[in-house]
Amino acid sequence: MTEERHIFSVLVENRFGVLARIAGLFSGRGFNIDSLNVAETDDPAVSHMTIVTHGDTQIIEQIYKHLNKLIDVIKVTDLTVENHVEREIILIKVYAEPQRRGEILQIMEIFRAHTIDVSPDSLIIEVTGDEGKLKAVVDLLRPYGIQELVRTGKIAIMRGAAKQ
Amino acid sequence: MELSGANILIESLKQEGVEYIFGVNGGAAMPIFDALYEHPDVKLIMMRHEQGASHAADGYARATGKVGVTLATSGPGATNLVTGIATAYMDSIPMVAITGQVFTHLMGNDAFQECDVIGVTRPVCKHSYLIKSGDEVAEVIAEAFHIASTGRPGPVVVDFAKDAQIHESLFRYPEKINIRSYKPKVDGHPRQIAKAVELIHNAERPMIYAGGGVPLANASEELRELAIKTGIPTTVTLMGLGAFPETHPLAMEMPGMHGSCCANYAFTDSDLVIAVGARFDDRVTGDLAKFAPNAKKIHIDIDASCIGKNVPIDVPIVGDAKRVLAEMNKLVHRVDIEPWMRQIDEWKEQYPFEYQQNGDNIMPQYVIEQIYDLYSDAIVVGDVGQHQMWAAQYFKFTEPRQWLNSGGLGTMGFSLPAAIGAQLGCPDKTVVNINGDGSYIMTIQELVPAITMKLPLKIFIINNMYLGMVRQWQELFHQKRYAAVDYHDNPDFALLAEAFGATGIRVERIEDVRPALEKAKGITDGPVVIDFIVDEEENVFPMVPAGAGLGDVIRGLA
Ligand SMILES: Cc1ncc(C[n+]2csc(CCOP(=O)(O)OP(=O)(O)O)c2C)c(N)n1
Ligand SMILES: [Mg+2]
Repeated sequence: MTEERHIFSVLVENRFGVLARIAGLFSGRGFNIDSLNVAETDDPAVSHMTIVTHGDTQIIEQIYKHLNKLIDVIKVTDLTVENHVEREIILIKVYAEPQRRGEILQIMEIFRAHTIDVSPDSLIIEVTGDEGKLKAVVDLLRPYGIQELVRTGKIAIMRGAAKQ
Repeated sequence: MELSGANILIESLKQEGVEYIFGVNGGAAMPIFDALYEHPDVKLIMMRHEQGASHAADGYARATGKVGVTLATSGPGATNLVTGIATAYMDSIPMVAITGQVFTHLMGNDAFQECDVIGVTRPVCKHSYLIKSGDEVAEVIAEAFHIASTGRPGPVVVDFAKDAQIHESLFRYPEKINIRSYKPKVDGHPRQIAKAVELIHNAERPMIYAGGGVPLANASEELRELAIKTGIPTTVTLMGLGAFPETHPLAMEMPGMHGSCCANYAFTDSDLVIAVGARFDDRVTGDLAKFAPNAKKIHIDIDASCIGKNVPIDVPIVGDAKRVLAEMNKLVHRVDIEPWMRQIDEWKEQYPFEYQQNGDNIMPQYVIEQIYDLYSDAIVVGDVGQHQMWAAQYFKFTEPRQWLNSGGLGTMGFSLPAAIGAQLGCPDKTVVNINGDGSYIMTIQELVPAITMKLPLKIFIINNMYLGMVRQWQELFHQKRYAAVDYHDNPDFALLAEAFGATGIRVERIEDVRPALEKAKGITDGPVVIDFIVDEEENVFPMVPAGAGLGDVIRGLA
């Protein structure tokens, strides 16, 4: 069976131990988490998780059902099958000697990236976007020498009217 | 009125109708034990090991359908509970396991007898709570009982910090539980039920495959009605035995690794499998590629994640077995499956469970037959191994909750403490414990509370001086290399029983089997242990070797 990437949007009670339960669900079954983002929602009693994972249809179905089965999980949506938007932020610390800084700034402009810190021979750059855009930026910056790179993992949301 | 957290716990348990708590004392749980001291309603049963305490609570729950409650101290007390919690989890048994925890200000400091119980138990329980303040107790307990007993039941762990046990607050028990993230779906979808009924009416070779979910849902009546109204032959798994009477003409007996040839052949030839509260466990299906290859499958289960997990399902129905079956029963009628029934009857006739007498030895199957003959109405608690399979094969169960065993986890040592719980829960029933020599000694210490409480347990040891089930595999698949299974150094279990203070009887000759069993019937002021010295190398047949298809069942050694 072919493997597919899926993005689950999961609303959970903002309680002690919830993250461990979700992580345990994956690790106990040998399923992988590609990325995971957790934060409070507008309602401080509720947290939102965006989980990116992959697997064949059977595994994805199991993940969906087991997420739903956890007592602290309020709602699970498989965004992959819904019309949604996704974003991720990367912070990149790249070598930027004064003579090459101009080229880098040009690349950044194309991708609407921001400089958030400058030191004598490096820059910290912040880029927001979907997977394709972020990959393009990283590929273009790599030749300059990436010192460090951190990403938030995806966050995603369904388009259109709020579904309850 | 302000009460300590420990007292609020006990008051909450009273609200839940708890009669018994099975536990072992220790530092971090002392305020709770203190609150239980001479309590008129909630009685503490002092077990001799926390594993025993958890199995006793489990046995109580299996026999009565109520939530079993077990209590242990922090650290080693809690880790000793883990096997019992996992056992209950695998068989979906409603249980609340309460553990003392060190003071909150010490948590995370590797304090004396500290253990991250929530972490250790996370994968083996349905849910868990940590109580850090006395005013959380009532709500947590109400939720814990609700979660343990509804939906797919299971154990809930409540870890209770010692300062929260002492801290005083106002007691008010929640009248209604509303957990927004937990709303089990109990009614089956009408369209799915209609689809299932249509398949049933059009099948030529249908069969019902019922599991432990049926007794758990108290749905045996409805299951019987479905089978009898439609005339469809029925197999019930190790976990569900008794849900459909094995003495009924439609009964095919247990399926799977040591199940009846009839049930296994039926799966292989069937064109419609109606699964109810069963989970297509590998011990039942054998090689999945060869499992019921020609059958459409209907699966009724309360747990959506169970459906389609191992086997693709044509008509999934998520719901409570009792409700779904009741709806189906309104729509079904008798099906005309004459030729199929003739085939089923032929298999039954041709391949009953059978064994050969070996010289003068007491055959273990013979002992079970005699137990059945004399104790057919008893609750039977089996342990794990060959004796468990022989009990399942040769005792004909007719009522739900009549056969209790650790089917999912296969926990040796389960049965004696579970029998204690069952006897306390059902004081008017005779409770028979069918044990193995290896399994018995794993929790033998629980003979003490059974004696103290004068429980008239009938403890029958099928003593083959081996870890027999493992020895059988070694004989068949490891060239008889009997590594670490020889138990000829067993103590004399009859003498040992006497030393504990119970009645002990050793039986070495065939002609003594029945008189001993009869004598045991008359002993009502405490447990009786009969050590049946049986044929040492008898094997359990039929057998579907692990990984083989059900059609490739070995009926016996030629
Ligand atoms: C706690 C535990 N340890 C090990 C096993 C593996 N095991 C399964 S059956 C069995 C043998 C049981 O021996 P006994 O109780 O004498 O029963 P018999 O098979 O001889 O009837 C063993 C060791 C187990 N199921 N549970
Ligand atoms: Mg044995």
